[in-house]
Amino acid sequence: MTTVGSSGGATDPSSRGANATPAPAKRREPEAPRAAVALSPEGVALAERLPVAFASHGIEVDAALDEVVCMVPADHLVDLCRQLKDESAFGFEYLRLITVVDYVEQDGEFEVVYHLFSLANHHKMMVKTRIPDRRASVPSVTGVWRGADWYEREMHDLFGVVFEGHPDLSPLVLPDDFEGFPGRKSYPLHDYEEW
Amino acid sequence: MHQPGSESGTVDMMINMGPQHPATHGVFRMELRVDGEQIQDLVPHIGYLHRGSEKLCEHELYSQIITLFDRLDYISNFNNELVIVSAVEKLMGVEPPPRAELIRIIMCEFNRIASHMIFYGTFAIDMGALTPVLYNFRDREKIQSLFESVSGARLMHNYFRVGGVKQDVGDDFPERAMALCDELERGIDETDRLLTENEIFIERTSGIGVISGEDALDWGLSGPVLRASGVPYDVRVDEPYSRYDELDFGIPVGSAGDSWDRFYLRILEARESISIIRQAIALMEPGDTMAQIRRIARPPAGEVYAHCENPRGDLGVYIVSDGGERPYRLKVRPPSFCNLQALRDLTVGHYIADAVVILGTLDIVLGEVDR
Repeated sequence: MTTVGSSGGATDPSSRGANATPAPAKRREPEAPRAAVALSPEGVALAERLPVAFASHGIEVDAALDEVVCMVPADHLVDLCRQLKDESAFGFEYLRLITVVDYVEQDGEFEVVYHLFSLANHHKMMVKTRIPDRRASVPSVTGVWRGADWYEREMHDLFGVVFEGHPDLSPLVLPDDFEGFPGRKSYPLHDYEEW
Repeated sequence: MHQPGSESGTVDMMINMGPQHPATHGVFRMELRVDGEQIQDLVPHIGYLHRGSEKLCEHELYSQIITLFDRLDYISNFNNELVIVSAVEKLMGVEPPPRAELIRIIMCEFNRIASHMIFYGTFAIDMGALTPVLYNFRDREKIQSLFESVSGARLMHNYFRVGGVKQDVGDDFPERAMALCDELERGIDETDRLLTENEIFIERTSGIGVISGEDALDWGLSGPVLRASGVPYDVRVDEPYSRYDELDFGIPVGSAGDSWDRFYLRILEARESISIIRQAIALMEPGDTMAQIRRIARPPAGEVYAHCENPRGDLGVYIVSDGGERPYRLKVRPPSFCNLQALRDLTVGHYIADAVVILGTLDIVLGEVDR
């Protein structure tokens, strides 16, 4: 069974064989060029409305390429998501994707990313929340979008992030007796000798 | 055996279907709890084909990832390749040459028809009609031959590149493709005549596995499964990519959201695809098929989400780049995975034989569900 909340995979990366491929390069420092931001008119309007509507949620609004990015503390996440879905000015009735990005090596944190889309208003955004790897848990949004169910289970399998309030976090894509969190950067890709 | 509290004195029976069951279209398992023939509960189990594709992608060059994407949804490879190359192009700000864009569209639409043909064929088999699949595979083979002449491979083409396509198509390609369109149109007509109005077929599919548009959106369904419920969401129209905005095509939308709608919508979609291919061939002009970019793609640091309309729905990819030659994190939004989530809601209350029909109309590919 997977254990929740612990950091690091089952196998220590340093114990790998000599033939194992090296881990990918660490996230580079700002010397790498950044992708240019180009928001659509709908995106610009959304980025202006968000800080006004959610002033009390402690959000930070930013942009990545053509998407509005809204960083929110984990304890305001569900409330924010519910309002984003229910208020017709936002109308994010469609949850595209939930994913986790591992920044443990850089900041000791996981980033949980929610991709939202509104068919009615034709705009899209990303909601992000950061959680420490020592207490990797975030409230579940299955109560807001039912489609969040399997995404959260999958991310729980691969990253060990606990989605509090999720109805059933049993292993989905991994075997029931699998140990460790293979999605994490600390989990080695090759722990066998190539032949 | 008596169950206390049960009125009829019977107990529910557990039935296990899969992972090696022909009607599950791959290694998918479902646990059914049935009362007689009626399904009381259904628990889907996936993961038998989990290969850790996303983790593998983080260790490969962007050009090597294309081959991994071929193996996600292994019956619509071109559509999968398109999503990864367009994501990297979007991040890098690269525009492929117009001819390459049209070649991609033609390939993707042929692939959509091929994928839908597998759907009709296997769907009919699920209901005991063994004939249509023979015609569908005959026609699909012609599409595969065209793919082979263009890319060198029947399946797993690895033909799209960041910035264009591997090589230009042959001189005889437009005539071949046009002739193939006519043949396919006849093939689709045949399937239409064999199945669509067949009384037994209608009895087996209409009113089976109904989902409302609102529920479908809540579950995050996409593609034909969502459109059959009356929601006109198609990435090709809602967020046009490549050169789809220059083409004129309709988006078939259902109304009942039942199995018959989901089936017939795919027939209509295949016809639209033929119309798209004909328009795209007419637009083709001689020119380059590859943009001038460095051999090993090195996108700037940043995040990108790109998505395309796959035969199964809205296939997306989210890439976090740190400015290196490999993605820092790559995550696929798999349409079959989302569509499969709604299976329990669709099947409960129906008979066991209907579960097979409903699963068939979701048209899942386990390579993409499990990754």
